[in-house]
Amino acid sequence: MLRQIEGSLGVAQAVALCRPGVVCAYPISPQTHIVENVGKFVKTGALKDCDFLNVESEFSAISVAIGSAAGGCRTYTATASQGLLYMAEGIYSASGLGLPIVMTVASRAIGGPINIWNDHSDSLSQRDSGWLQLFCESNQDAVDTHIMAFKIAEKVGLPVMVCMDGFVLTHAFERLDIPSQEQIDEFLPPYEPREYLTTKEPVSIGAMVGPEAFTEVRFLQQRKMAKALKVIEEVTAEYRKLTGSKSGGLLECYNCENADLKLIIMGSTVGTAKDEIDRLKKEGINVGIISLKSFRPFPYEAMRQAIGDTKQVICLERAFSFGGRGIICPEVKRAMEGTNCDIKTAVCGLGGRAIYGTTINAMVKHALAGKFTEEFTWFDVDSNVLNSYTKNAEGVTFPEGPLGASQLEASVKHA
Amino acid sequence: MLDKINFYQTGSNTVGNRLLNPAMRSIQASVDRPNSLISGHRACQGCGEALGARYAIDAAMRATNGQIMVVNATGCLEVFSTPYPESAWRLPWVHSLFGNTAAVGSGLAAAAKIRAMKNGDTNVPRIIAQGGDGGTTDIGFGPLSGMFERNDDVLYICYDNEAYMNTGVQRSSATPPAARTATTQLVGEHPGADWGRGKSVPLIAMAHGIPYVATATVADLRDLEAKVTRAMSFHGARYIQVLVPCPLGWGLKSNSTVTVARAAMESGFFPVFEAEYGKITSVRKIRQKQPVLNFLKMQRRYAHLTGKKADPNVVARLQALCDTNIKNFGLLGDDEPNGVPTAIQAYERSNRV
Repeated sequence: MLRQIEGSLGVAQAVALCRPGVVCAYPISPQTHIVENVGKFVKTGALKDCDFLNVESEFSAISVAIGSAAGGCRTYTATASQGLLYMAEGIYSASGLGLPIVMTVASRAIGGPINIWNDHSDSLSQRDSGWLQLFCESNQDAVDTHIMAFKIAEKVGLPVMVCMDGFVLTHAFERLDIPSQEQIDEFLPPYEPREYLTTKEPVSIGAMVGPEAFTEVRFLQQRKMAKALKVIEEVTAEYRKLTGSKSGGLLECYNCENADLKLIIMGSTVGTAKDEIDRLKKEGINVGIISLKSFRPFPYEAMRQAIGDTKQVICLERAFSFGGRGIICPEVKRAMEGTNCDIKTAVCGLGGRAIYGTTINAMVKHALAGKFTEEFTWFDVDSNVLNSYTKNAEGVTFPEGPLGASQLEASVKHA
Repeated sequence: MLDKINFYQTGSNTVGNRLLNPAMRSIQASVDRPNSLISGHRACQGCGEALGARYAIDAAMRATNGQIMVVNATGCLEVFSTPYPESAWRLPWVHSLFGNTAAVGSGLAAAAKIRAMKNGDTNVPRIIAQGGDGGTTDIGFGPLSGMFERNDDVLYICYDNEAYMNTGVQRSSATPPAARTATTQLVGEHPGADWGRGKSVPLIAMAHGIPYVATATVADLRDLEAKVTRAMSFHGARYIQVLVPCPLGWGLKSNSTVTVARAAMESGFFPVFEAEYGKITSVRKIRQKQPVLNFLKMQRRYAHLTGKKADPNVVARLQALCDTNIKNFGLLGDDEPNGVPTAIQAYERSNRV
């Protein structure tokens, strides 16, 4: 049914359609509206046989989810930013125990300095946590991906983070097609865990594993990740057939045929970029977009095929690695190893700095003019703000426009 | 006719099981005891925690007809009972982290309830969350308080051995004053743990107004069994703190675990009581009062208080601490305490002990 609603309400409705047994909530912007709505559904009886727990911290939220999933219930929670970091210890515990929890990360920058706006530094900080990480480009994608996430998690035996951009998606009102309960009941049968805590068949879960078997435990976890690549595609195909949706998948290509340049983007920026790419096409500039949906597991093979024989790729990244470089770019380089494809990072949109059509336009023209000469570029950095500090403090000034990593490094040598 | 029998065997002050009728005998004395924590685990000789856990969990199993699921904090109990691929637990058991045990218990209780509801099953398994004092009074304290205030249907058992034993005997907020630990060493002007630190989690639990709070020791295992049984008669959040001496951490002979626990109880060092809905309902009276020195002299963590260089003022302060407990909790005489006692740390901080 089509409705013009807030993204968070859409996600809450999607979660309710999946009939979770336990939902726990701790408030942190910008995920609050999702759990508020789920709590309301439980209280009105719209979502039956579900326990909604208001807990005292994100650490307890993930821990309640761990207990609930170990107890054999379909389990959901949501968080963002600092909350995700406060959960971190439990994040690893949940994946190590193989618990199919589904959690929304309403992506938001990590402090300090404290910042409530959207970037991807929170979800990407948990890159190596053993969770699947699925990114959403629109609210419709978020609605559908949440529903698919339960099925994927339960098939694979690993938890899933559904990463949707904070505020940009969570608080945006858009037309959403929410599937019917009948459709979802057909798609997602009641959860029957392979193993859970029951007095009928007692098991011990979470034993201490020493050097004699720890590597093998990790190997088997990685094997689940490999399996997940296939499961994501299968579940996506099934869901699309059932609902007619275009959501999900490992990655999606837009205008990729014979493109001179491809942009790899995760999240809501894909929508902005698509519009701009359409405009550029009228100017005769042919740019493709690869919307990266599954960051973990990373679809190396699908990425290689999506890039094809395109010679230039820019990864638009909304987070980076301090003391290192980009986070997506090295993965794409691995996918393209042995080719002469030129792959670069353009960092932008940190802490909620808006990425406009003009940003995309400038990025494309910068790329096609051969100006991305370094692996890592601060694309939307404001040198006026920088200079207001560095000029007085250290006598250093930066020129206007995008700054390459070498300009940052050189400025330290002169200081 | 029971009141005519002398329950306490001469000298030992333990109840003779064979003198009781079968219904009153210890669960551990039964041939069909649940054996929830079975032999073969890797606890040290004389481990108070293994002893306490075996009695507590078996009592809960008996009280619920075997419907118990356990969440275990990281710590000695977890490590010695479940080295992969072995497990000493003969019931559903899960370990996640050090500090999240109460919250995992909340989640498991919710799942047990919902699963039973969805399956139309009237039999809902009950949940026990358990951990040591570090996992309870320190790192797990936030989730514990959250579980209490939500009144989640979980019994939390803290096996209190007054320090972080699994990591090598470091001080916790349950470590008593003047005790030696690896982080409160016997050096400097004030050897051992500082005075005026720490907290009383049983009293804090009572302040949450939860249905049931109790303390117990492994010196009175029948009392521990009775308290666990009582706890299982309530629904909602419940808390039991059991004093479980640690031969390694306290510097005890491994055959004196129970003796030293008894000295802690009989000296007033560790008050044993129970409370319902925030009010004390019973106090385990001291039977044969002992000076605190009897408790101290069995332990190397207090060796500096009993040797030639001992500071008598510190022993006197510890005795005053015990005397204050005796007065506050009414551990001697027939009276029950009037109102909620003040945490002993308050007296330490105000220099009244």
